[in-house]
Amino acid sequence: MGLDIRWPIGLLFSLVGAMLVILGLVTSSDPEVYRCSLGININLRWGLVLLVFGAAMLAMAWRASRQPAEPLSSDKK
Amino acid sequence: MHISLGVIDYAVLLIYVAFVVGIGFALRRYMRSSSDFLTSGRSIPAWVTGLAFISANLGALELVGMAASGAKYGIATSHFYWVGAIPAMVFLAVFMMPFYYGSKARSVPEYLKMRFDERVRALNSIAFAVMTVFASGISMNALAKLLNQLLGWNYHLALWICSAVVLVYVLKGGLTSAIYTEVLQFFMIVLGFAPVVYLGLKDVGGWDAMNNALHGVAQNPAALHLKPPGTTYGPDAWSSAWKPLLAGSSHNPMGVDVFAMVFGLGFVLSFGYWCTNFLVVQRAMAAKDMGAARRTPLIAAVPKMLFPALVIVPGMIAVALTSIPNKNYRIPPPPLEAKAITAAAAAVKAAPEAANSQVALADIIEQVSAAQNGVNPQTGKPKKLMNFDEAKLAQVVKAFASKPIDLNQTKEEKACEEQFLAAFTNTITDYDYDGVILSLVRKYCPTGLLGLALTALLASFMSGMAGNVTAFNTVWTYDLYQAYMAPNKSDQHYFWMGQAATVVGIITSIACAYFARMYNNAMDIIQLVFAFVNAPLFATFLLGMFWKRCTGTGAFLGLSGGIGTSALFHGLTMAEGKGGWLGANLQSFPSTMAQNFWMASFAFIVCFVLTLGISLATRRSKTDEELKGLVYSLTPKIKDHEQAWYLRPAVLGTILLACCVILNYIFW
Repeated sequence: MGLDIRWPIGLLFSLVGAMLVILGLVTSSDPEVYRCSLGININLRWGLVLLVFGAAMLAMAWRASRQPAEPLSSDKK
Repeated sequence: MHISLGVIDYAVLLIYVAFVVGIGFALRRYMRSSSDFLTSGRSIPAWVTGLAFISANLGALELVGMAASGAKYGIATSHFYWVGAIPAMVFLAVFMMPFYYGSKARSVPEYLKMRFDERVRALNSIAFAVMTVFASGISMNALAKLLNQLLGWNYHLALWICSAVVLVYVLKGGLTSAIYTEVLQFFMIVLGFAPVVYLGLKDVGGWDAMNNALHGVAQNPAALHLKPPGTTYGPDAWSSAWKPLLAGSSHNPMGVDVFAMVFGLGFVLSFGYWCTNFLVVQRAMAAKDMGAARRTPLIAAVPKMLFPALVIVPGMIAVALTSIPNKNYRIPPPPLEAKAITAAAAAVKAAPEAANSQVALADIIEQVSAAQNGVNPQTGKPKKLMNFDEAKLAQVVKAFASKPIDLNQTKEEKACEEQFLAAFTNTITDYDYDGVILSLVRKYCPTGLLGLALTALLASFMSGMAGNVTAFNTVWTYDLYQAYMAPNKSDQHYFWMGQAATVVGIITSIACAYFARMYNNAMDIIQLVFAFVNAPLFATFLLGMFWKRCTGTGAFLGLSGGIGTSALFHGLTMAEGKGGWLGANLQSFPSTMAQNFWMASFAFIVCFVLTLGISLATRRSKTDEELKGLVYSLTPKIKDHEQAWYLRPAVLGTILLACCVILNYIFW
């Protein structure tokens, strides 16, 4: 169906990941914020994970969009 | 007691909503016919339908409920995944999908009509349509209540806004929209909750430390108020999956025996759900070709097998943390109603006037319980007494009796009231197990991550509604409206009807949410009735798909008999005070779970035997030719030998089952 779902997934998680990374960097000097997360700057670390995941999805969507549409399989319809 | 969200948290939430609405609008231009809208025009790749398949099942109530069961029963809860899902999913892919997809039925009820007759379809489609609407109402009520308690949002506003978001994207993009947002939600749940589990495990000291703590808990669960005083289990009751179960129903916190688990859950209930519930089967039917349709449940089985780590382990962490004093954590008490808070404050203030401290404490408990649980009109006593740690309660009374806690005018008094509330709820020894997952999110998430975790939860509530509504509108349009009310109309007419059914479905869901909010008991009864209807269904499918001699009359009467059996069984047995409404109690079960498993087993057997007997006694209504593509022995086998091994369902299914056995062995 027309839209490749990897585009929105990739965009969403890249965006949220970038937000968390920035938040993590800005608040990295404030131990109070991360007392609840056992002193780990979880926003920065997890933001990076999300960013990598989002970028991977975008890369796959981009690769798929450059290939010609796959032919219909034989048992369709 | 509210969590305050930061700007970032709201931003994450808004971005998610913007994306799902955006997906709806982006798909609008592909919606041209009723089949585009209701069945996605059978055009979606297998990995997408596979993730949607599992996501439609992993609703928010499942997420919340599995963490609760993880706390109540420990790792044995995984049986809902390893015994109660994987084998059925493999069976669906290998044996049943060829009929569903190959017959070109647009829904499960339509398959029943092709295989049997209109009566079976009508019975199934009406029950299913009503069930989806109630299911989505129950889940939306839970969502609005949660947003109200957690974030202080207005209940009505939360309910209507979330429903409106779902309405917009389903109305624009139909089933495709629902499937796409389910995939989005899948990743949200995994990526939103994984860090919470990681932090929780780290805090408790790692996997082994958690199990050590659970060994202590199992030997004396009453110390944490998990079970009535005097209960004791083997040390591995919370940390082994099979050993406590094999020891018998009184040796595991579930109160379930092996037969009920393996036959009742693992065969009857699980195959009944995964192989016949249109909510999940619809996702596989939307796949782009037969191969993709068959791979859908297999792809879904991979995350399903691993989900216990994400949804059950948090419950186990919560119990372990509760048992370690210096972790400063407890499984949350049930949230107090506003009335109960007022009653608590008044009762604590009145305490010094009582004859002695024992009477004072009993008074407080009675008044708070009456405000929280309601009063029995006949006796004038609270319907249910809450449990308190009386020593702690006495301390709270001492500390707060002379303080201005019943006012909240000035800042000082408000602060005092909050302190009181925190201290008072901490003396309650009842547990709100459904609150476990959120209490961990609240404990470990700094602002930022908090937004992600809450958005994941909200996403799963909303996609749960979307899933139910898209299943409802298809069954309504094709199996009820087109079949019985307005056959032979143009496709554009059914397209329009599908959209109208979406709007009606959402409005009815909202009505059901209000209904669930007002009549908790009525809701329990409705869910019970659905359990009656679903328990025997798999017997009908099994005979229908694998025995060409099975007749429509046999199927209809067998199914009706099975439904009657489950009602009768529930009316004549008791568990935890439930059931027995026919006046007699022939058998008592240690838990409602055991009662359900046994009920399903009985209903299945009766439905199977009746269908078999009546089919033999009645004349066949369909010829071999008519049953081609619908019954196993009359359908040409799909040849997939030339395909790569990783595309062949039988090979994949075997690998998955082997992995499942290994997991069971590891956590034996």
